[in-house]
Amino acid sequence: MSAEPPTGAGETFAQTGSPQAPMKRPRARAASSQAGWASMLVAPTLIVLMIVIVYPITTAVYQSFQKDAGLDKATGMFVAGGFAGLSNYKHWLLQQCTTAGGVTVPCPPGSLGSQFWSSVGTTFFFTIVTVALETVIGFGMAVIMARAFRGRGLLRASVLVPWAIPTAVTAKLWFFIFAFAGIVNKIFGTTILWTGSEWPARWGIIVADVWKTTPFMALLILAGLQIIPAEVYEAAKVDGVTAWQRLRHITLPLVRPALMVAILFRTLDALRMFDLPWIMTGGANNTTTMSILVVQQIREGFNSAAALSTITFVTIFLVAFIFVRFLGVNAVESATSIKKGKGK
Amino acid sequence: MTTATTPRVGGADPRAKAGAINRKRWGSARTYISAALIVIWCLLPAYWMVVTSFRQVGFTYDTTPFFSHVTLDNYVTAFSTNLGNHFGRALVNSLIISTVTTVVALAVGVSASYALARLEFRGKFVVMGFILAASMFPGVALVTPLFQLFTNLNWIGTYQALIIPDISFVLPLSIYILVSFFREMPWELEESARIDGCTKSQAFRKIIMPLAAPGIFTTAILAFISAWNEFLIASQLSTDRTQTVTVAIASFTGSQPHQEPYTAVMAAGTIVTIPLVILVLIFQRQIVAGLTAGAVK
Repeated sequence: MSAEPPTGAGETFAQTGSPQAPMKRPRARAASSQAGWASMLVAPTLIVLMIVIVYPITTAVYQSFQKDAGLDKATGMFVAGGFAGLSNYKHWLLQQCTTAGGVTVPCPPGSLGSQFWSSVGTTFFFTIVTVALETVIGFGMAVIMARAFRGRGLLRASVLVPWAIPTAVTAKLWFFIFAFAGIVNKIFGTTILWTGSEWPARWGIIVADVWKTTPFMALLILAGLQIIPAEVYEAAKVDGVTAWQRLRHITLPLVRPALMVAILFRTLDALRMFDLPWIMTGGANNTTTMSILVVQQIREGFNSAAALSTITFVTIFLVAFIFVRFLGVNAVESATSIKKGKGK
Repeated sequence: MTTATTPRVGGADPRAKAGAINRKRWGSARTYISAALIVIWCLLPAYWMVVTSFRQVGFTYDTTPFFSHVTLDNYVTAFSTNLGNHFGRALVNSLIISTVTTVVALAVGVSASYALARLEFRGKFVVMGFILAASMFPGVALVTPLFQLFTNLNWIGTYQALIIPDISFVLPLSIYILVSFFREMPWELEESARIDGCTKSQAFRKIIMPLAAPGIFTTAILAFISAWNEFLIASQLSTDRTQTVTVAIASFTGSQPHQEPYTAVMAAGTIVTIPLVILVLIFQRQIVAGLTAGAVK
């Protein structure tokens, strides 16, 4: 190996060089030695991810097909676990609960099982509303941040503050702001029990979430805006293109890839929303998200919790798949492709 | 611009110019107004937290917009263990857990990121896709099986019970950020150094390491913050002894059973937040670069 050009360089030259016969062998050798080297470098990460993700998830999927072992509440007899078929999934998806006697009945209102579809609705409602608001407001923020003016540093710094505050603290902070005797009711002269009934509680959570995560959105969009060359705008201005047309026909199409990745990330994050509703309402008043329902179920029955957590992540993967497949978001490619053209 | 082309238009120039300047002024005024609104919207709630944290308990709901009825009592209350809160211990716990998570994630992730950014190998897209998919897993999907596993192992209430699940999201995040940092590094320098007679390890130590350090450092900050802010896993897999700050703040109890000790909670929130905000303000540029890494092609 020492007689040949260094592997890294060999690869670059081999790629750009003409495909002549003498070049072929070193290229092949370089590539194969790189593959060995690469797998050694990647292996520790893969092993760790196997332990911390693949193993628990596989266990959960396995458990979701098992029966809860334990004492039957009605008969006091010990019930052995074992294969449960799809009953844990039917419990959630088809609302089939098993009574103490072993009879399958529709889940009674108020039980965790009966909250499944409303929690799905709540989760998607939160996701759609928060991501929509964050995209629009974040876009506006990004456009302002992209402008050159004195004090831009201050603007960018202050935008990072909500992002840096832990969500648990954010939740407590907004819980206080929305308290009955709190500042919001005082300023607007209202007497709303914000966290005490359905819609005020939902809007309270949405406001807190938008406050906390819009900056992240704005920064991602800003990064997308900054790669649009200024000449494009100047040329458009000279041609008398209006501001609205510039936004529609230049900015939006060019910022679209970055925008879509940002929306994808935020959507996946919003679908697993837990901290804010858990701390602000405890899931009361129809603010139970799917994650909250899983956590509440863990202590009630392990295997159906496993089924529910499996449903949750499959839902998230489906949404991600739809984004990648139908909306053309390519997060993998944008992460791995080697930057072409002007680097920094 | 118009002056240069035709003298006829030049006649109307001063007014047109004045109009343009006015429009420009109005434009920049609008920029300043919107910028000010954004700054106020972002900082006001945080400001309110700090103001409240310095208020006497009796004036919890006071609406004076500036510091009034100032006291340090809330900070004393926050750290006091008389009411069953262990905020000080939680701070230490969070510090330990976040630090270990960050160190492990970076130790493992740096080499993988280098390979993903620099080397061509088969299965690269699969590996990257796997890492991205790993970062999509909701925390609850891990908490459910781990809760039972750690109960069986008698690990509930240990640090590893919190560090292991934290790694599951900190490691993919770190790799994602590191890959995009590494992709932008001027790797030609490594080759130049080798041509100039450096050995491979010399080139690595003297050229690559110093160049990579800022990116790795930024990633470490972001990894640390995401571990520090974690709540779901810690709320389920910790006991009083290993409770993290986020859990401690969420479950803060006051002297009155049904009265939220808001001022003390705001004090605790301020303590938890201030170091992060300072960190973020110092390394603002790097953090923005790290946060947005990978989002732009």
